[in-house]
Amino acid sequence: MPTKSPKSEPGLSTPPPNHEALEAEVLVRDNISWMLALAQRILRDQALAEDAVQNAFIAGLRGLPTFEGRSSVKTWLHRITVNECLMKLRKQKQLNEKPIDEYLPEFDRHNCRIEAPWPVLSRAEDFLESERTRALVAEKISVLPGTYRIVLQLRDIEGYSTDEVAELLEISPGNVKVRLHRARAALKKLLEPVLRGEVHR
Amino acid sequence: MKYLHRSGVRGWIKGVLFRGMPGMINCVEFEEFVLSYLDGELPARQLKVFERHMRLCRECREYLAAYRLSSELSCAVLGTPQESVPEDVPEDLIKAILDARQY
Repeated sequence: MPTKSPKSEPGLSTPPPNHEALEAEVLVRDNISWMLALAQRILRDQALAEDAVQNAFIAGLRGLPTFEGRSSVKTWLHRITVNECLMKLRKQKQLNEKPIDEYLPEFDRHNCRIEAPWPVLSRAEDFLESERTRALVAEKISVLPGTYRIVLQLRDIEGYSTDEVAELLEISPGNVKVRLHRARAALKKLLEPVLRGEVHR
Repeated sequence: MKYLHRSGVRGWIKGVLFRGMPGMINCVEFEEFVLSYLDGELPARQLKVFERHMRLCRECREYLAAYRLSSELSCAVLGTPQESVPEDVPEDLIKAILDARQY
């Protein structure tokens, strides 16, 4: 005689058949908005962001039964989303390593910095009041090769540590630091006309 | 005198000054410390040396101020999605995700 499955034993608390589906829907509804915002910040494209979030949820829901709770669900989903976005960027060959030497600081033969005198700088808030300046800053950031922009994004915006960025991008922590500093230095150079007030805000 | 003219007398004087002064770094070395300085990771002795250079070098002082400001601007701009994310939960996307998980 075949043994009865424990699920069919009366009196045992068996979840309703749609319990898992309900749990999945709650997880999706609770997290989809911030995940879309995150993916869009990284990918800068609505359709790609939606695709990345969909893949992230599918991977997340598949892995949910084995989720060990060593971090919060949000932290866990954040990382899955970032990974999906990185896969998209790699697939689109957007993590390119074009040189940015032309935007890096210059030094003379005595190892002294070559830097034209600066006027008194306005505060960041003053610059950010203007939509045109925001657009200009976004335009200059997009000049940075993807491999630099992503380090800036993950470390400065998404709050990952140097070691975490290194792990996500599969590069060494030292390389993350070099790229981050170069990205910021290049951006400073690219934004000079805006910061010096040479561009009408 | 040819190279003095090309790199500037000021650069030459600073170069000599920074080379000869004990406990002083040059601008190239300063540049290597910038990230650790901003991350608060410089050990006390290096921090002292870094700040000493900053006090004496107008170029590095102003460079760092502009570097900080541009970083603040990029954080503010990169932190905002380019297109606004709809406030409403995108029902069609939710349905697509839940449907996809069945397979």
